[in-house]
Amino acid sequence: MALPSYTETRYRIWHYIYLSICTFVFIYLIAPLFVIFPLSFSGDEFLIFSDGMKRLDPDAFSTRWYKDMVWGTKNPWGLAAKNSLIVAFFATIGSVILGTLAALGLSSRHMPYKGIIMAILISPMIVPLIISGVAIFFFMAKVGLAATHTGIILAHIILGTPFVVITVTATLSGFDHSVTRAAASLGSTPYNTFMKITLPLITPGVISGALFAFVTSFDEVVVVLFLAGLENTTIPIQMWIGLREQLSPTILAVATCLIIMSTLILVTAELLRRRSERIRGINR
Amino acid sequence: MNTETKQILTSDGVPLEKSLKKAERRNKIKAFLLVVPLLLFLVITYISPIGELLTRSVDDKMVTNMLPKTFKAMEKWDGQELPSEEVFASFLADYKILVEAKTQGKLGQRLNKEKNGFNSILKKLIRKMKNFEEGNYKEQIISVHKRFEDVSYWRAIKRTAPPYTVAKYLKAVDMYTDENGEIVRVEEGRRIYIKLWLRTLQVALFVTLFTFLMGYPIAHLLATIPMKYSNLLMICVLLPFWTSLLVRTASWMILLQQQGVVNDFFVMIGLVDDDNRPEMMYNIVGTYVAMTQILLPFMVLPLYSVMKTVSPSLMRAGKSLGGTPFVSFWKIYFPLTTSGIGAGSLLVFILAVGYYITPALVGGASGTLISNSIAYHMKQTLDWSFASAMGLMLLVGVMAVYWIYNKLVGIDNIKLG
Repeated sequence: MALPSYTETRYRIWHYIYLSICTFVFIYLIAPLFVIFPLSFSGDEFLIFSDGMKRLDPDAFSTRWYKDMVWGTKNPWGLAAKNSLIVAFFATIGSVILGTLAALGLSSRHMPYKGIIMAILISPMIVPLIISGVAIFFFMAKVGLAATHTGIILAHIILGTPFVVITVTATLSGFDHSVTRAAASLGSTPYNTFMKITLPLITPGVISGALFAFVTSFDEVVVVLFLAGLENTTIPIQMWIGLREQLSPTILAVATCLIIMSTLILVTAELLRRRSERIRGINR
Repeated sequence: MNTETKQILTSDGVPLEKSLKKAERRNKIKAFLLVVPLLLFLVITYISPIGELLTRSVDDKMVTNMLPKTFKAMEKWDGQELPSEEVFASFLADYKILVEAKTQGKLGQRLNKEKNGFNSILKKLIRKMKNFEEGNYKEQIISVHKRFEDVSYWRAIKRTAPPYTVAKYLKAVDMYTDENGEIVRVEEGRRIYIKLWLRTLQVALFVTLFTFLMGYPIAHLLATIPMKYSNLLMICVLLPFWTSLLVRTASWMILLQQQGVVNDFFVMIGLVDDDNRPEMMYNIVGTYVAMTQILLPFMVLPLYSVMKTVSPSLMRAGKSLGGTPFVSFWKIYFPLTTSGIGAGSLLVFILAVGYYITPALVGGASGTLISNSIAYHMKQTLDWSFASAMGLMLLVGVMAVYWIYNKLVGIDNIKLG
């Protein structure tokens, strides 16, 4: 962003103001994530940077909160992590299957009432979570699935499918339907065509939708707050309880692990996006 | 060759037009069948429960079911003078059944809400009615307590007769039906919900504005600098986007606390006194700061994808034709990005207006929103019909914005990541 040499002074000044605004916003966006990291290694149990930490005194740092997270007595994180993973795993599978099928139907040019159906399928993403939570809670209570894993998984399938529908529909929007017709004309059965032609081409969209569904489920707290009993506590629920009641640095150790996880997911999603663009580029 | 043929036939002798229509219909059904599983699943587990919120929010059958004979007898009563002996007798009969089933407490509470002092006279009635003699119940009930002679208590019962009520909706806008059946506002000091709605609207609007003011410059920067830098800077937008909401809220709690980093920084640069650190959390400031950061990616991403499509040569053309940078920006670049502004703003507004977690954790008393009130009534007061009513009111607002969004942007154009 070098400025041309003929730039007038006032625009030069304005340009630097603009750059400093951008710098400020980027710091505002990313800095909060980095506060967690050093504090999770704090030796103290207060969530502030102690004087020792400011001096970078090695004694002020420790890994005790990580030990507490894994081996701590009465700590809920083990059960919560197990539940979170189980729920997110099954919710992702459910969302991907239902969402991909729906996206395939929606992308067909023969699909009737496309607009209204799309609006319904996307609605769980738009309706405020608190309302979804209340409605799903009433439903699950009625059918006797409140405070069960099944109930939470079903709820997260509801919340996860819009993401799959959107990402797969987006992949299919660049999809050249003549390749499936070519396969059919060469004698392939519809099932074979789907498995060998369509599925490999839409896989990046499906996986990126799956990532969204997984993160949505793994991070979801509002609906689970209504649904979960003591046995179904998840990581977000435990963090919520911890943040409301007593802020212990163990939460920050958990948070650090979650940030590392989201970094990995971001990298995967980004690689997938590029791959998808490449594949679709070939099709055009 | 037969030139008379009007219809072209397929190989099996069916007119082509018909065959084509059949194939089209089959394709339609095929496409629809793919959508059916998800559609059915959502309609059963999600859409219809949301619909049921409506019946729940207006439901007022409790008293209707508790006092069937009374309401039947009351049909003829004009509500002016004290009701007839028949009403008193039916009320006593209904009440006896309730006392036997031990559910009279709920009736007392409900009627007490309608008219103060009802609960105590009903309790007194339980003790006295054992010694009641056959016949002339009107006199005997009045002898229990003189309030039974007050016609307004009987009017209160009559008001609870309809199985449906809009009382919860009125409560959500700080109104109620008074003893004369007129809709009035609650006293000045007790109006809390209007304030809450306005605050929710205000927070959503300002968060949208702040995310726009912060998101526009960085989206512009990301869209105009070379790819290798923008990919790196994009991480700053995408990493928060993928990070757990609770993690981000937790980091704001650490940053904004009184001994926190932001306050340390303010003390360091001499902005505030060390002994007089401002409270930045558990109030509206915390809600604004945290929500703006959390929702910023939802503004930046749509803006970025629109700005990417604006050719840089347009700005150069503007400048070469004598426009100053400001004029070229305002006349050329900005109008071309309005669709991105619309998409980002509507998305942020929709998300902000229903925010729950962040305000609950950093908002304190002055920074909570309508969602927090819904959760409070769901979990603490257990007034589920009130929570349903508020939820539906919020939903109607969100749906209106969603509708506009759909018209302007189209839901299939939502960009993720």
